[in-house]
Amino acid sequence: MAEPMRIRATMAGDVADVKVLMNHPMETGQRKDAKTGQLVPAHFISEVTASINGATVLKSGMSGGISKNPYLGFKVKGAKAGDKVVVNWVDNKGDKNTAEATIG
Amino acid sequence: MNALRRNVLKGAAGAGTVAVAVAAGLLKPTQALAGAPRSAFEAKNVGDAMKGMGVSAPADSKDITIKAPDIAENGAVVPVEITSGIAGTTAIALIAEKNATPLVADFDLSGGTQGFVSTRIKMGQTALIRAVVTAGGKSYTAAKEVKVTIGGCGG
Repeated sequence: MAEPMRIRATMAGDVADVKVLMNHPMETGQRKDAKTGQLVPAHFISEVTASINGATVLKSGMSGGISKNPYLGFKVKGAKAGDKVVVNWVDNKGDKNTAEATIG
Repeated sequence: MNALRRNVLKGAAGAGTVAVAVAAGLLKPTQALAGAPRSAFEAKNVGDAMKGMGVSAPADSKDITIKAPDIAENGAVVPVEITSGIAGTTAIALIAEKNATPLVADFDLSGGTQGFVSTRIKMGQTALIRAVVTAGGKSYTAAKEVKVTIGGCGG
């Protein structure tokens, strides 16, 4: 399930401003299908990790309480233009996705 | 499973009768998930979620800023930005107090990552959004109320 994930990383002074947009339905497991009345099974990103030049900068655990197509923004001090940002996620069904970007 | 039971018992002892009833629901077999303490994410009330994270009685802090709308028209997408001015912030957890499972996300910050996260969350109803910040082994918290006119959970 390799749907695209978008990363934008820009320098603001000595701080890298990283914005990540993931594509995921983020079902909580509590919502009912409008047609069948059955519960829609839970399907959400459970873990996100981000690294810059191979060093982990952020690790997140998530629940279905994060909105559909999750957005995540964070700021890293000491990063430089040209550094490589890599973001990985894993969902509760074991699907994975990864994307990388260069800080501009 | 045993660890989860222990959490439930602790939660039940510490809180009132309502919490006991809620905690009973926690005894259902839960899916084993990798990574951070998933039991905390499955907790059905704020007290149990905090216990699951290993946080007890965090101190109120004015150095934590929660940026979120006062009124969210659509509870399915509530933008939230948390800034921690506390030196040495290593983790930020985000809780929507009245959601079915209140712990929405936690963020471990390492390297040069600053005490800041921005995301979008779902809220079932009007509730406090609570940030729990860990810095230097201590926990701090702050909260902001968001009024929800259309819920984002269930349906």
